[in-house]
Amino acid sequence: MEKLTVLDPTAETLPSHRPSAPRLQDLTGRVVALVDISKPRGDVFLDRIESILLARGIEVLRFTKPTHTRPAPADLRHEITTRSTAVIQALAD
Amino acid sequence: MELPDGYVIIVSRECETCRELVPAFRELAGNGIGVVFVSQDDAGFPDGVSGVVDDSDLELSWRLAVEVTPTAIRIEGGVPGRRIIGWRKSEWAEFFGVPGLAPDLPDHRPGCGSLTLLPGVPERLAVRYGGGPVLASRRIEFGAMEDEHEAMFARGWTDGLPVVPPTMERVYAMLGGTRRAADEVIGIIPPDYRECTVEKAAVNAVMAGCRPEYLPVVLAAVQALAAEPFNAHGVAATTWYSGPVVVVNGPIATRIGMNSEHNAFGPGNRANASIGRALNLIVRNVGGSRPGEVDRSTQGHPTKYTMAFAEREYDSPWTSLATERGVPQGGSAVTLFAGQGPTPISDQKSRGPDSLTHSLAAGLRTVRHSKAAGPVAALVAVAPEHARIFGAAGWDKERLRGEIIDLLSIPDTELVAGAGGMDEGLAAPATGAVVAKFKPENLWFVHVGGGAGGSSGIISGWVAGPKGSTMVTIPIEED
Repeated sequence: MEKLTVLDPTAETLPSHRPSAPRLQDLTGRVVALVDISKPRGDVFLDRIESILLARGIEVLRFTKPTHTRPAPADLRHEITTRSTAVIQALAD
Repeated sequence: MELPDGYVIIVSRECETCRELVPAFRELAGNGIGVVFVSQDDAGFPDGVSGVVDDSDLELSWRLAVEVTPTAIRIEGGVPGRRIIGWRKSEWAEFFGVPGLAPDLPDHRPGCGSLTLLPGVPERLAVRYGGGPVLASRRIEFGAMEDEHEAMFARGWTDGLPVVPPTMERVYAMLGGTRRAADEVIGIIPPDYRECTVEKAAVNAVMAGCRPEYLPVVLAAVQALAAEPFNAHGVAATTWYSGPVVVVNGPIATRIGMNSEHNAFGPGNRANASIGRALNLIVRNVGGSRPGEVDRSTQGHPTKYTMAFAEREYDSPWTSLATERGVPQGGSAVTLFAGQGPTPISDQKSRGPDSLTHSLAAGLRTVRHSKAAGPVAALVAVAPEHARIFGAAGWDKERLRGEIIDLLSIPDTELVAGAGGMDEGLAAPATGAVVAKFKPENLWFVHVGGGAGGSSGIISGWVAGPKGSTMVTIPIEED
């Protein structure tokens, strides 16, 4: 029986498996970035998280994506990764 | 095979001209000038000539690029030189140096098409003997006992429906639909941001069921998909419903048989069905957007299978969508809109444009949410019965757009969060200002549908503008 040969319709890229960063055991002495992706009510969620973290003496930075419909700009990603050691992001509404 | 110096004549018994020329062939074979006959379909032809080369696998004809039988080629130093095709007696007499050749035969006969050019044959010969474009895609060989359809489902290449196996022969045939090089990059496709070459588009077009003549439309649609304003990343990833809605304008739509009339959004037309499907397969296979992974649509939409149609231009009272968007009149173009629908609006009683506009506006009020305004988009598919009313009243698309925008300019007290008993709405406080639901650049019209039926369809959009998706129009390259 003849074997059928076809052409790969995909971009032929293997998914890049990047290991997750080590999980933090606690937030003491860390700077936590709170990222609002600009979806409705994300600020409500992050305001509450911020008040809880501040009450525990943890430093917090707030960031906002210009729009939830596009990937975060490279500069914003760079700022978040260089200025903070943990990220909490408010995703969907 | 190595060709001896002298002459080669490629013939076939199937060719009526070749059969008529048998007396000339016998004369040339017998006069010692070194003629080798190559027969495409019968090594016993020409009758009465010995040493005929059997080319029933067409390898030699393919390598010699024969397009017509008979073709006579001079061979010098083993290399093909001058050739003549068909039958012109004086030309043959001069070519072979045989004055008075075949006195009883007519002076002229047209040749026949070479068997190498029969439908489906060039692709098969290109795969077997070379000569086709170089294809870069990985070859995947299925097991002899493996069902190819199950194999393609298992690899995640399909939208849930069976696809046509993209064999090299089929991809070669598909690439015949464009002059663009197979390795030309058409665009970078999100969300994986991978290059889509003409070849990858052709592979997916084969799978979707496209014919080669649809490929220029698919390529233009891929260009639109990759254009930054369309924001294919967001369209793919959003929880919203939208998929790529393909509108085709211009002569190509008629030439490839697209449906712009009855059931234009429905099944049954190969071009409509497969062009939209090819684009979505490219989103999936090249862009890497798959439901449940990057595609996070809450409920999804059939648009993500396929949605492509042509504008009914031949009796439209209006400028076409493409012309309105800057494509020169008479040109072909693809317009891509991130949308879903259509939602039908029935109006069988209006006899004038004012009443009909109110009906359409009432339907358009609910796009996204009845209180949404600003970055809201819609493509209104106006059926001929409705369009005739506007046309008779002298309303062009611009007039209709303006009237609808005016009707849907609403005090923000009606739109603010909490108004009407709905928490959804514009951010408080309301100031009493009037807010237009649609901006002119986000409200478009296309004439489509069968001659009977007093209803039009609203193809609603996603977030409109720079924070969402903007309609993109790309002229179709046909040469």
